[in-house]
Amino acid sequence: MEWLITGIILTSFVVLGSSRLASSIRMVALQGGLLSILPVLSRPSFFDLHGLTLFIISFFIKTVAIPVFLFRSLKQAKIQKEVEPIVSLHLSLVGGGAILVMAFASLRAFPLPTAPFPPLIIPAALTTVLIGFFLLVSRTKAITQVIGFLILENGVFLFGMTIISDFPLTVEMGVLLDLLVGVFVMGIIIYHINKTFDHIDTQALSKLRDVE
Amino acid sequence: MILLFLITIPALLGVATLFISGEEKRKTRRRILMLGASLHFAGTLSLYFSGVSRKWNDYILLDPLGLLFLSITSLLFFLVAIYSFGYFYKEHKPPTKEGGTKEGVRHLYTPCMLFFLSAMSLTTMTTHLGLLWVGIEATTLATAPLIYYHHHEQALEATWKYLLICSVGIALALLGVFFIAAAGKGSGVDLFVESFVEKAAILNPRWLRIGFILILVGFGTKMGLAPMHTWLPDAHSEAPSPVSALLSGALLNAAFLGILRCYQICFAAHLADFAGTLLTLFGLVSLFVAAVFITAQRDYKRMLAYSSVEHMGILSLGIGVGAGFGSLLHVISHSLTKCLLFLLAGQIVLTYRTKKTTEVHGLLRTLPMTGILFTIGGLAIVGFPPFSPFLSEFLILKEGFAAGHSVAMAFYLIFLGIIFVSMSQILFGMLQGEKRELPHKMERTYLMMVAPVFLAAAIFLFGFYLPAPMVVFLNSAAKLLGGPL
Repeated sequence: MEWLITGIILTSFVVLGSSRLASSIRMVALQGGLLSILPVLSRPSFFDLHGLTLFIISFFIKTVAIPVFLFRSLKQAKIQKEVEPIVSLHLSLVGGGAILVMAFASLRAFPLPTAPFPPLIIPAALTTVLIGFFLLVSRTKAITQVIGFLILENGVFLFGMTIISDFPLTVEMGVLLDLLVGVFVMGIIIYHINKTFDHIDTQALSKLRDVE
Repeated sequence: MILLFLITIPALLGVATLFISGEEKRKTRRRILMLGASLHFAGTLSLYFSGVSRKWNDYILLDPLGLLFLSITSLLFFLVAIYSFGYFYKEHKPPTKEGGTKEGVRHLYTPCMLFFLSAMSLTTMTTHLGLLWVGIEATTLATAPLIYYHHHEQALEATWKYLLICSVGIALALLGVFFIAAAGKGSGVDLFVESFVEKAAILNPRWLRIGFILILVGFGTKMGLAPMHTWLPDAHSEAPSPVSALLSGALLNAAFLGILRCYQICFAAHLADFAGTLLTLFGLVSLFVAAVFITAQRDYKRMLAYSSVEHMGILSLGIGVGAGFGSLLHVISHSLTKCLLFLLAGQIVLTYRTKKTTEVHGLLRTLPMTGILFTIGGLAIVGFPPFSPFLSEFLILKEGFAAGHSVAMAFYLIFLGIIFVSMSQILFGMLQGEKRELPHKMERTYLMMVAPVFLAAAIFLFGFYLPAPMVVFLNSAAKLLGGPL
């Protein structure tokens, strides 16, 4: 399981350092896939209905539905220039490294019960959440902001895994459905941003202010 | 069964309406909206009769707190549905220069409204923290297309901000829910609020604290507490007025309910002081931000939006200082008054075609009915007696002082004073002045007047007289928050 968790951290870093939107989306898909496999491994038997149903649904939503949808908005938007970070990619990676160090250093402050997962899961979740935040504030493309949001959510899900056995299946499916619909609505809005401005740079969205 | 009906009927009607598109069918869609609203309202009323079950299963049930929020939502939705008949009688261009009314997803108005009603009902009907989260997130998604109704650049910006900021906020709240679950891990609690309250003594206070902070920040974003309120003025000013009315009167309440549920747990776990201090702090910051921005405001819909930030601050402060009854009464007062004001603002937008306060004068002479009701609403919202916001704000003040929070109460009074002066200045500037010719006339005025007249009468009545059953009911709800009696 350590390998999977390390993989989740690494995928966030690849997104952080990647200059191409398509590879970012692929990495988020991979991360979602790794995240869906993780709870299956933690269960004593592979063939239990709750775990299996959840695996199928979450794998489908995170690795198939959402990425396919993001690729479609990418195509519609006909993006010429790729990622345009406010903070340069190198600096982003350094920032990500700092986040990672901080997350591991604060491990002692969070002695949460993680069984049956390795204790690595808590700093990994923290790193993923914070990298998601970092992407949200340091990138200007609407699509990269959605990717940042997805990584943030993945971090939250990773954290939730340590207690997920307490959630009934219907509620978990509700959470996943909300995520899917959320990305769907965001995709529609991206489409409209692109149609209105001919690009999807959110810096154009700064007309509303209090005092003219 | 009624509860299930209240959740599924609007959702099913909404799905059905998705297939009724096209400009010529707008009347049919409004009728379906009205049908959904009436059925929901009738269902909600029936819940007050004894013998009607307020429980469907462990997940879907109503406690007094939930019933209070459900009733407000249902009533406002019903009134807004009537108002929509008049407001959307004819398509009108939004009051902006570049505002093109392109063809597009406009027919999504009715379905999204109905989805919103369904999600709101779910939110009020559950004490399961996970399901509560699902409901609150669903309200965000259902309202995003509503804010984009006008399809121009500003609406787009407002929608994107709303969607992204609230989604991130709510993701944080999910983290908070997980922390609260972690606090109870190993003690055999389910994720129900009652279950946490029952086992409060053995919860891990450390995780509970972190969980509460995350939930307060997360749902606080949705509720519009400063400094996470940045999406709120944009969304409220760009959305069509009936939507703004519901955003302010119902949607913000849903997030507040989320915070209240967690406060219930903290209170039972003897963390009321900790939670109260945080709520007080956020409340005062919101009041401060609202006071500053209302003073500088030149757009009356934005001014009303900042006034919502103010009142959310008052609610948070009220719970923080332990004024449960006063705060819940204020939920009612604020929802009714703000809904009234936004509906009237809609009439002003329709006729004056501007949102600038400097271009609206002589409301009392030009549109006497709107003007009089706007005066009532305006006086009520700044806390002038004898309207119900005055009563609830005063109750919070009284209970706050009684509980020994004099510093917080002093700041509360100062900020309320500033807002009183600056907001009445703006409002009276709009109300007074010479009669003028308007670029547009209102059609179907009577349909747009039913709701405001009813709301104005209600806030006037509640300012004088609270019916005894209502006091009992509010007390039973406040009891859940640990208030005295």
